[in-house]
Amino acid sequence: MAETAPATRKDFVSSQDVRWCPGCGDYSILSNIQKVMPELGVPRENVVFVSGIGCSSRFPYYMNTFGFHTIHGRAPSFASGIKLARPELSVWVVTGDGDGLSIGGNHLLHTIRRNIDLQILLFNNRVYGLTKGQYSPTSRLGMKSKSSPQGSLDHPIDPIRFALGAGATFVARTVDVDAKHLQETLHRAHAHKGTAFVEILQNCPVFNDGEWNEVEDKKTRDAATLVLRAGQPLVCGDEDNRHGIRMEHGRPTLVPLPAGTDPREVGITVHNEASDSPAYSYQLATLARPRFPLPIGVLRCVSRPTYEELLDDQVQEAIEQRGRGDLRKLLHSGDTWTVGG
Amino acid sequence: MFRPRAPGEAITLSSKRVEEIDRVAIRFAGDSGDGMQLTGTKFTETTALAGNDLSTFPDFPAEIRAPAGSVAGVSGFQIHFASRDVRTPADAPDVLVAMNPAALKANVRDLRPGGMLIVNSDAFTDKNLKLAGYDSDPLPALRDTHQLVEIPLTRLNREAVKDLTFSQRDADRSKNFFALGLMYWLYGRPIESTVEWIEQRFTGDAREANRRVLLAGYHFGETTELFPVSYVVPRAKIEPGAYRNITGNQALALGIIAAGVQMSRPVFLGAYPITPASDVLHELARHRNFGVRTFQAEDEIAAAGAAIGAAYAGHLAICTTSGPGMVLKQEAVNLAYMTELPVVIVDVQRVGPSTGIPTKVEQGDLLLALFGRNSDSMLPVIAAASPGDCFHAVLEAFHIAVKYMTPVVLLSDAYLANSSEPWRVPAVEMLPRHPVTLRSEPDGFEPYSRNPETLARDWAVPGTKGLEHRIGGLEKEDVTGNISYSPENHERMQRLRAEKIERIVQDVPAAETFGPDRGDVLVVGWGSTQGAIESAVEEAQQDGLSASSVHLRWLHPLPANLGDLLRRFRRVLVPELNHGQLAMLLRARYLVDAQSYSKVQGQPFKVREIRARIEALARGEA
Repeated sequence: MAETAPATRKDFVSSQDVRWCPGCGDYSILSNIQKVMPELGVPRENVVFVSGIGCSSRFPYYMNTFGFHTIHGRAPSFASGIKLARPELSVWVVTGDGDGLSIGGNHLLHTIRRNIDLQILLFNNRVYGLTKGQYSPTSRLGMKSKSSPQGSLDHPIDPIRFALGAGATFVARTVDVDAKHLQETLHRAHAHKGTAFVEILQNCPVFNDGEWNEVEDKKTRDAATLVLRAGQPLVCGDEDNRHGIRMEHGRPTLVPLPAGTDPREVGITVHNEASDSPAYSYQLATLARPRFPLPIGVLRCVSRPTYEELLDDQVQEAIEQRGRGDLRKLLHSGDTWTVGG
Repeated sequence: MFRPRAPGEAITLSSKRVEEIDRVAIRFAGDSGDGMQLTGTKFTETTALAGNDLSTFPDFPAEIRAPAGSVAGVSGFQIHFASRDVRTPADAPDVLVAMNPAALKANVRDLRPGGMLIVNSDAFTDKNLKLAGYDSDPLPALRDTHQLVEIPLTRLNREAVKDLTFSQRDADRSKNFFALGLMYWLYGRPIESTVEWIEQRFTGDAREANRRVLLAGYHFGETTELFPVSYVVPRAKIEPGAYRNITGNQALALGIIAAGVQMSRPVFLGAYPITPASDVLHELARHRNFGVRTFQAEDEIAAAGAAIGAAYAGHLAICTTSGPGMVLKQEAVNLAYMTELPVVIVDVQRVGPSTGIPTKVEQGDLLLALFGRNSDSMLPVIAAASPGDCFHAVLEAFHIAVKYMTPVVLLSDAYLANSSEPWRVPAVEMLPRHPVTLRSEPDGFEPYSRNPETLARDWAVPGTKGLEHRIGGLEKEDVTGNISYSPENHERMQRLRAEKIERIVQDVPAAETFGPDRGDVLVVGWGSTQGAIESAVEEAQQDGLSASSVHLRWLHPLPANLGDLLRRFRRVLVPELNHGQLAMLLRARYLVDAQSYSKVQGQPFKVREIRARIEALARGEA
């Protein structure tokens, strides 16, 4: 089994047939992750993919790494246990909008706030696919589905705002078919120490086809998306139809930028993903179609100690203060007495 | 008039008559803010040091501070100690110390007829009587039925600390030490270790007050004419060795740490706070220097998920919970069954259904532990029989979990969790050592190939080169572990998984009877009822009845010889603190006419209750 040659995409492809529907956005995501994996420099045996239940959660079966397909909504809990036990592993959670935000909302919230060093990839297709087409917690209000023939009554939740609200140290959004951006985002997520939350907009061709057309289609995506670059002004569109975003008094304004205008000179906000306050990132996250371009990229990336580092520190501190545990001493601690023989 | 001695003044032995008795049970009862649990604990430690065998039963309300003076807020602590073997905290206390009318009301009916009743007469005010729901003063009537001793405890206590710069309220807080000191005198207990403890534990005026009040109580006993006699309970014959008092939850925590040491694997505990299991989390969180990782999860499900994740990653993983949490964990536990990962789930059972009575005992979760998941996935279940046994039971649970690659349920209960007994500290070198072997060889690795003896699959953990594989809750193909929906394969896998659990019987010792191995009545029990059952059986035998008992440690698989044993007795009696769950299993499995004896009052069995059933069965009356 001596592997001397550098790992390639093929090394990360498992022997199992992929069984998503033809045209599913998951294929593109899988392929891009398999492409990125060898570039990360992590030995394959140190990579673990953990998932819950749903279409996206079949993901681990197709990766030739360690994989754990767990139960509905709870993947972050299993992944937490793995990472706390073995911090040297690279642990990836694959979840969906139903798995992660409905049944598993609680675990997602608490895992994010603890800042355990996991990559959490939430495939958002705004529908329940595996149970054949009910509305999900990210479905638009009024969406007609099998379980909402007259339209959904649920106000949707936005995954990005959810993550920011939970105190996420890394939050990004990317698109299933935008290979370059997706790969770049995965690299950034992996490089981040702490929970990296990535929403991947993903098309379900069977139950919610075209949900993300505007941002997926090369013809429309430049105008429909705001690609975030650290230290760069918030600008979208091409030379002929450019706009910028100005944050004023907590409110975003869409500012037309005629050709030749320097966005900085007209006060277009410069993207600061490391802003002290999450309020800026949250404002950014409120930008949505059709009024605004949809932000794509890293909305927030700040540094905070990870849970597992702090836990290991406590273990080390306890050993320094009290010495390595001695079972005999422990059993005899407290008030003991001896009965003579 | 009673005068407290000056600090440092020598304690002299009483000149009163001393009577030798072989056993006594005392119950301390008061408001939950009165420090009754502490009083009981200190009395227990001192009694253990005095060389008696003992058993205790703390009984406290679920409310943290119920309204002062109300019956709902009464907290009690019973200790039974003797110069001989003690198996239970005793059916009825011989002495009741009641700090107020509510404590009297909640406990007096348990007191042995003619028993000693010591009350704080200062607390019997109109207001307190009303709070306790008394229309009139109950004490006059009790003078005829019990040895009533009325002591103005509040005033004596205030007198003892009057020159300290204390508010009256603070002064009153130490009156439990007055009662403790008095009981030390009455039962000839040495007072020194408690004095030392006070000096280490408290500072300033509080130290001085507690010390003085403890001594004042002691001296009051020898000075007052209310007690013409004091008692002595001689040392018990106890197996030589080092001892400590231990509760079930403490023993469990120590056992978990010991398992990590003995199996040379790091320990991971996933837990969510729940009564009466939380103490295990608290205790383990203090011992990080053993490399123990405790994780307080956001809920019961996450606690189970994290533990199973840690098990997948190669740690010795455990969850501790109680009934309602046990229910929530079942989907995750079933995944561990399906993926064949070793994890121990401890259910410290309490009264149900639903929230039930969180601090009280029941054995209602046996069938939940065995069957409470979707499909056929019967788990191995072991039950601890005494507080100290929790230590050994958890070591055994881990050993089986890893050897057979399976979740194992360990059943404890609220009574074991909080009761204490003297525990002979085991010699570390005598503890079983079961070093764990993780798979490292990539050649020939298949995720679901099995050990031919145990049917266990390999523990193949992430980070091991060449062992990359996928597991999950979907049905998997035999050997390869790939997803399979084949009908024949599913049936084969279901049988394999069940048979693997059945094979644990190889590691389950044969059931042994307490008493002759054949006869009229066999009492079959499990869990915390062992003490009461064996005491009852022993009394029945002394009365000439043909009775034996067998106590089941493993509830699944059951010992191989159990069926044969059951058939050697004319009648089988199964006392349980539930509606007959084990009785139902025994009837179904062995086709024997096992009679259920059910009690669900949130209280342990009394010896006399079981004994009466044995007598009725032996005489053919039932």
